Amino acid sequence: MALYSEKVMDHFRNPRNVGVLEDANGVGEVGNAKCGDIMKMYLKIEDDIVKDVKFETFGCGSAIASSSMATELIKGKPVEEARQLTNKAVAEALDGLPDYKMHCSVLAQEAIEAALKDYESRQGS
Amino acid sequence: MIYADNAATTKMSDRALETMMSLISTTYGNPSSLYEFGQKAKEVLEQARRDVAYAIGADPKEILFTSGGSEADNQALITAAKLGEAKGKKHIISTAFEHHAVLHTLKKLEKEGFEVTLLDVHSNGIVLPEQVEEAIREDTCLVTVMYANNEIGTIQPIREIGAVCRKHGVLFHTDAVQAVGHIKVNVEEDNIDMLSASGHKFHGPKGVGFLYAKKGIRLVNLIEGGAQEKGKRAGTENVPGIASMATALREAVSGLDEYKAKLTPVRDKIIKGLSEIPHSAINGDLEHRVPSNINFCFEGIEGESLLLLLDDKGIAASSGSACTSGSLDPSHVLLAIGRVHDVAHGSLRLSLGEDITDEDADYIINSVKEVVEYLRGFSPVWRDLVAGKTKFIL
Repeated sequence: MALYSEKVMDHFRNPRNVGVLEDANGVGEVGNAKCGDIMKMYLKIEDDIVKDVKFETFGCGSAIASSSMATELIKGKPVEEARQLTNKAVAEALDGLPDYKMHCSVLAQEAIEAALKDYESRQGS
Repeated sequence: MIYADNAATTKMSDRALETMMSLISTTYGNPSSLYEFGQKAKEVLEQARRDVAYAIGADPKEILFTSGGSEADNQALITAAKLGEAKGKKHIISTAFEHHAVLHTLKKLEKEGFEVTLLDVHSNGIVLPEQVEEAIREDTCLVTVMYANNEIGTIQPIREIGAVCRKHGVLFHTDAVQAVGHIKVNVEEDNIDMLSASGHKFHGPKGVGFLYAKKGIRLVNLIEGGAQEKGKRAGTENVPGIASMATALREAVSGLDEYKAKLTPVRDKIIKGLSEIPHSAINGDLEHRVPSNINFCFEGIEGESLLLLLDDKGIAASSGSACTSGSLDPSHVLLAIGRVHDVAHGSLRLSLGEDITDEDADYIINSVKEVVEYLRGFSPVWRDLVAGKTKFIL
């Protein structure tokens, strides 16, 4: 049996929405290099819709796959829906993660939350 | 596939495999049985003991067969601890980058009231005999220092450390799992009292190893039962496995010069090639190093994703990244030589086999360069380093 599901390997080998969004209006970074995982999410939100999203990740295979899947799940969706994305949904969409890798999906959820928070704080000012 | 993880395990040699298969079908008697069919197995077992002893310069009576390196390490440490305790000596000296078979046994002994001093192994991954001498106390009952490190391949000054131990009358054990069959090891010349080795690291089978214990050391049992192995390790002997290990060891030791001559230039070529990757660093001393080992850190990337992509390219390697071990901390070996967490996560170990070719070396160099560059391309850590927001460590 392989370490990861086919879906995880697919998203790891061909990550979707990878890179930087120069005109992002919400950016969130979570994790730290000490622990071996950092995720950065760039959101471009217009009319309460996640028009575009990109990510950069320093981390293991499942961290890269989780970020990639998370971007797919929120791209084009209303902000409210993005806000409700759970790590469980990310892991399920990847056909599961090994137990000790579940924290990678948590990090993906937190990265999106951080980016949304940044977006909101920019709206307030 | 290019198998570059020979420090994890090796492929059995043809002759080791032949020995094992033929013994499984022809010599399945129990060496403890008195009829000739059992005694035949006993003969095979004792010939293996002579072969193993000869390979490391020991007496056959000093060889105890075990299930592998971990069991041998456990038995050596527990023995030295019990012997020490009987004399009121409960201090043990070791190093910070030992194998977990040693470190975890030491932890257990600490809980039983032993005091453990772990020596610094410096940035080059080498402990000095002077450090050992300084650390020795009146109540020191054991010094245990590995012969060659499993992750960074550095060879320790075992002979000199052994001499220091002899001078102070302290038992000296070495975990030689990565050394036996790879470099010259001689327990007599190297002043070793106890030594652990494992068959599958030198093209023998898994599940078999041995412990050398110098004459006069009364081993403490880990497994109670029958009188096998002079009553020091119960359980019917794995005769085919033991004989197969002995065959592999005989082959490995007779070919040591050739092995070194073959691997060293390939190893050095790969080290040179990978050094061209910006912000990378070799781990461990370049000179005192087993011929098969290459270990690098690459800043801005994480080791597991590196391994997975190398696997896609047909290269089997390993890493000291936390993500490959299921723990939160990266390799204790890399931390022991002073690599910080951020950098230790981005490590790669290649441990070459005799079948490696010059073309393989080129392919490995190019593949690693390509994968490191690719992963850095979307690493936020690398972006910050390049932008000058954080400082390069390597």
